[in-house]
Amino acid sequence: MALTADDVAALARLARIDLTPDELQHLAPQLDVILESVARVSDVAAEDVPPTSHALPLTNVFRADEVRPSLPVDQVLAGAPAAEQDRFRVPRILDEEA
Amino acid sequence: MTARNETISATAAELAGRIAAREISAVEVTRAHLDRIAGVDDRVGAFLHVDHERALQQAAAVDAKIAAGEQVGPLAGVPLALKDVLTYVGAPTTCGSRMLEGWHPPYNATITQRLLDNDVIILGKTNMDEFAMGSSTENSAYGPTRNPWDLDRIPGGSGGGSAAALAAFEAPLAIGTDTGGSIRQPAAVTGTVGIKPTYGASSRYGLVALASSLDQPGPCARTVLDAALLHEVIAGHDPLDSTSIDAPVPPVVEAARSGDVKGMRIGVITDLRGEGYAPGVLQRFDEAVAKLADLGAEIVEVSCPHFRYGLAAYYLILPSECSSNLAKFDAMRYGLRVTDDGANSAEQVMAATREAGFGPEVKRRIIIGTYALSAGYYDAYYGQAQKVRTLIIRDFEAAFEQVDALVSPATPVTAFKLGEKVDDPLAMYANDLCTIPSSLAGNASASFPIGLAPEDGLPVGLQVMAPPLADDRLYRVGAALERELIKDWGGPLLDRIAELEVVA
Repeated sequence: MALTADDVAALARLARIDLTPDELQHLAPQLDVILESVARVSDVAAEDVPPTSHALPLTNVFRADEVRPSLPVDQVLAGAPAAEQDRFRVPRILDEEA
Repeated sequence: MTARNETISATAAELAGRIAAREISAVEVTRAHLDRIAGVDDRVGAFLHVDHERALQQAAAVDAKIAAGEQVGPLAGVPLALKDVLTYVGAPTTCGSRMLEGWHPPYNATITQRLLDNDVIILGKTNMDEFAMGSSTENSAYGPTRNPWDLDRIPGGSGGGSAAALAAFEAPLAIGTDTGGSIRQPAAVTGTVGIKPTYGASSRYGLVALASSLDQPGPCARTVLDAALLHEVIAGHDPLDSTSIDAPVPPVVEAARSGDVKGMRIGVITDLRGEGYAPGVLQRFDEAVAKLADLGAEIVEVSCPHFRYGLAAYYLILPSECSSNLAKFDAMRYGLRVTDDGANSAEQVMAATREAGFGPEVKRRIIIGTYALSAGYYDAYYGQAQKVRTLIIRDFEAAFEQVDALVSPATPVTAFKLGEKVDDPLAMYANDLCTIPSSLAGNASASFPIGLAPEDGLPVGLQVMAPPLADDRLYRVGAALERELIKDWGGPLLDRIAELEVVA
């Protein structure tokens, strides 16, 4: 398994990061070494071992269904890159041709 | 400008006592620390934001409360440095990232709120590796923090700012967060005390998540008792964090005051030593273990055979969780947004913003996580790592049937030079070798200073690990060693740190 710059580009697309060609060249061998190293986990025979997803075995933590005040709209929008009419303003979500 | 005077060298417990007795005011104490920050932090770089005015106002309010005879918290008036990954209304929370440059959170973290409710003075926000990813604080977008023991060396990470603030006498208390060692490793390399409570013992509400199943805030200090006092202030059940433990806080202050290890069974993990460990680290570790035996502890050798897979499992689980957690930085609701020119789509703006806003290590880990979680690889990587996590928990369970607490070096080596490992991810990851097993198991662990390595004169930390909810045992062991070592050394380890030149 050798991770190529093209593989990294595909992963970066999934992760929504526009990596530059230089970054792809630099990252591919680094990520390859990391993946090779972490692949050690498969050296352990663990077929009958249950996975641990969380250190604390808690399930279904409920709270009372009480109405509480929400954060004021202006405070919520204060950190937004752009806001309009008490809403988050976002770039267009459809392609031009759609 | 403040040279190392009595006020900034004092412990938090001493300061709290003197402030409560009105021998010194909280304002004087706060001002002394703010002056110290002004005098040395241009070189240490522990703080990303100093909350000068508000800290003084807060201190004045505490003085007024004490003068009026009102009830105040056990650390009332004592200044603290808050890691910049916890929200504090009125100050920026950046997580050491350009993505959140100048972002002001709309609510307080539970930890922050408890500090304020207990009259602790928040001096400012401390530097960290970007989104807590790193072991050197070199991954901060705002420049590295330097180790006060040697300004050419790293202060550990991700909480290098909090640890350096303590070692530079800029604050007697600090808050860190530990995901794979981010409290313990900086404590070890700066000669300070750092505690990772049991997972769920302190609230994650308002902590910007790195890996949700591992992240845990905890106390940092220069003495064991100070850390315990801070532990009691911040820990305890929080309904706002669904993984918070609904159980009483263990008697940590009592344990720190006692320091009695007589009859305690302490296990030395044989797997956490050998090749890759610096001779001075092992020497000080062996001396500390011998000291515990002298104090009446029963020392047992314990093997934890699956610990050797801990690093690999961690560097699959962490990137997987972080790639998912950091998906929220999508340029829509908070933080950076670039290329929003009216023509680019939301997807294009998102990808351009994440390219511009994240540093190299964050990108590395998001890509690794994306890979590990992708169809076809999930079972071999993430699924298998979760099974290894179970095996590590079983190793701990078996060990804790024989012993009350486990010990190991906190780090394989002392503080390394800035730049030495910054573009070698695997070498950087190896710094977390000793601290990761406890993170994966979610039990309690800590690092305590046990001396300087003879070969380089840099601090060495002893890691103590205890079963879930037995956090008090960490303090018992730490306090026992601290008391004896201070006798041997003729004073605290930090007395031996070179004085930083104070600029006027």
